[in-house]
Amino acid sequence: MTSPDTPMATSSTAVNDVRDFPTPPAIRTTGASRVFGRGKRAVTALADVDLTVAAGEFVSLIGPSGCGKSTLLRLVADLDVASSGKVEVFGKPARQARIDQDYGIAFQQAGLLPWRTVRSNIELPLKLHGAGKAERRTRVAELIELVGLTDFATSHPDQLSGGMQQRVAIARALAERPRLLLMDEPFGALDEITRERMQNELVRICAETGAAVLFVTHSIPEAVFLSDRVVVMSPRPGRIVDIVDARAGLGGAHERTDAMRDADGFAHAVSQVRAHLHGVPTDAATARGVDD
Amino acid sequence: MSPTSSASVGITTPTAERDTRARLPITGHGVGTLLAPLVFGVVALGLWEGLVRGLDIEPLIIPAPSAIFSEVQRNWDSIWSGMQVTGRNALIGMLTGALIGVVGAVIAGSVRIIDQMAVPVVAALSVVPIVALAPVLYTMYGAAVDTARIVVAAIAVSVPVYLNTLRGLRQVTPVHRDLMAAYAAGPVQVARAVTLPTATPYVFTGLRIASSLAVISALIAEYFGGPIGGLGKSITSSAASSKYATAYSYVVGAIILGLVFYVATLLVELWFSRHRGRT
Repeated sequence: MTSPDTPMATSSTAVNDVRDFPTPPAIRTTGASRVFGRGKRAVTALADVDLTVAAGEFVSLIGPSGCGKSTLLRLVADLDVASSGKVEVFGKPARQARIDQDYGIAFQQAGLLPWRTVRSNIELPLKLHGAGKAERRTRVAELIELVGLTDFATSHPDQLSGGMQQRVAIARALAERPRLLLMDEPFGALDEITRERMQNELVRICAETGAAVLFVTHSIPEAVFLSDRVVVMSPRPGRIVDIVDARAGLGGAHERTDAMRDADGFAHAVSQVRAHLHGVPTDAATARGVDD
Repeated sequence: MSPTSSASVGITTPTAERDTRARLPITGHGVGTLLAPLVFGVVALGLWEGLVRGLDIEPLIIPAPSAIFSEVQRNWDSIWSGMQVTGRNALIGMLTGALIGVVGAVIAGSVRIIDQMAVPVVAALSVVPIVALAPVLYTMYGAAVDTARIVVAAIAVSVPVYLNTLRGLRQVTPVHRDLMAAYAAGPVQVARAVTLPTATPYVFTGLRIASSLAVISALIAEYFGGPIGGLGKSITSSAASSKYATAYSYVVGAIILGLVFYVATLLVELWFSRHRGRT
């Protein structure tokens, strides 16, 4: 059921079209480019990116600083507009998807409102979009439990650790049950131990919600552990180098457990991603060498 | 589920011992912070007293602290009523000025051209000593009422409140802006959810800076005319009739009044910025 090869039927909005067209993918970019500045000073942040993320699929973007991975995520979120090419979310233009609230988003900074309690931070999107009081209360209680912060509902962000703040941000991103979650290095500022814990929780949350995820990260193990597929990008201009399928030997992203961090398939996928990042052509022999 | 439970156990702290009550962010109030200025004050007063007595300095130049203190005791009723009169003018002026400053900043913050037009006016207001307007205002509003004093205090207060509020309105972080964009929030929603709460501590910083200005302006404005009863009038009339210690006793009243305004606004400011430490 969680296999990304069979997109979930629930994500179809137009019932009539189901027979004629497959369910639209969560994300589809075709020839998406973003150029900052103009003339001689123009910098191509993103060049000709074609990427499809199926409904319910977990895809990570990885690459060195300045490879345009955050830019790509911002294009999908319609926080920035592509200079050329097309960005579609659930078959609609990104702008329409933003207006329709088809995605939830979390940033590297938790970005909580410091004057609001944990509860009312999570409540914010529901409140902005006119959800009723009773509905908000039950949904917020669910979310707080989901991220394990029940005891902190009335705390303010300044009373929480970095990891806890980030969990609040994730709960907030999930508030409206989005079928797509956009995460821009959400664990980047956390220490390694908290980070692995958060990864485990994210796997569980994704399995429970069935949402597709586009996840930007600097960390190779993080990308491999969390993802169905890892998209490796290169800088200047930002483009996709290769896509590593992390399911081989590891299973779908929703079935990951801590034990898999030591599995053979994990090391294999890590070395493959690393090889692409360092520009070394993937050589079956090298990969096997690490594997053994 | 196993990774989840282990994670929760590791992070959750015992609820019973946790105290989430709001607290003012006042830190580092040890014995030294209180004792040091106290010792300094006592030594300075002692030195002053000793110099005045030892060198036999005339009260015209400076009265001894003991003389001022006994005058404060003798004259307290008059000082107290003077503090009420001046304090009332300063308070009304401060609230009016704060309202003008905040409303002005909200308008300037949302309409760029108004902001740019206001720059020279605000700059002029902030360099001109506002009390210089007092004689003009007395002629405008009449010397029998307190209006001119209130107006002086209001103008003096509005400038720092305006500048700080405007600064506060521009402190919205990029991540909050992105978040509101991602929520497709309308301009009014953005203002209510993010912009105004972000600016609030800055408004009160402006108000704290302005609080002593309000008292000073209201008091100095009394020097230029208007009805009697306030501290400023009492200082001038005492000095004019050579009652120097009495004049200084009113100055003591003015100091107390200024401190009350300052501390009150400082506490309000600290209250509104109590959650702004981290994040």
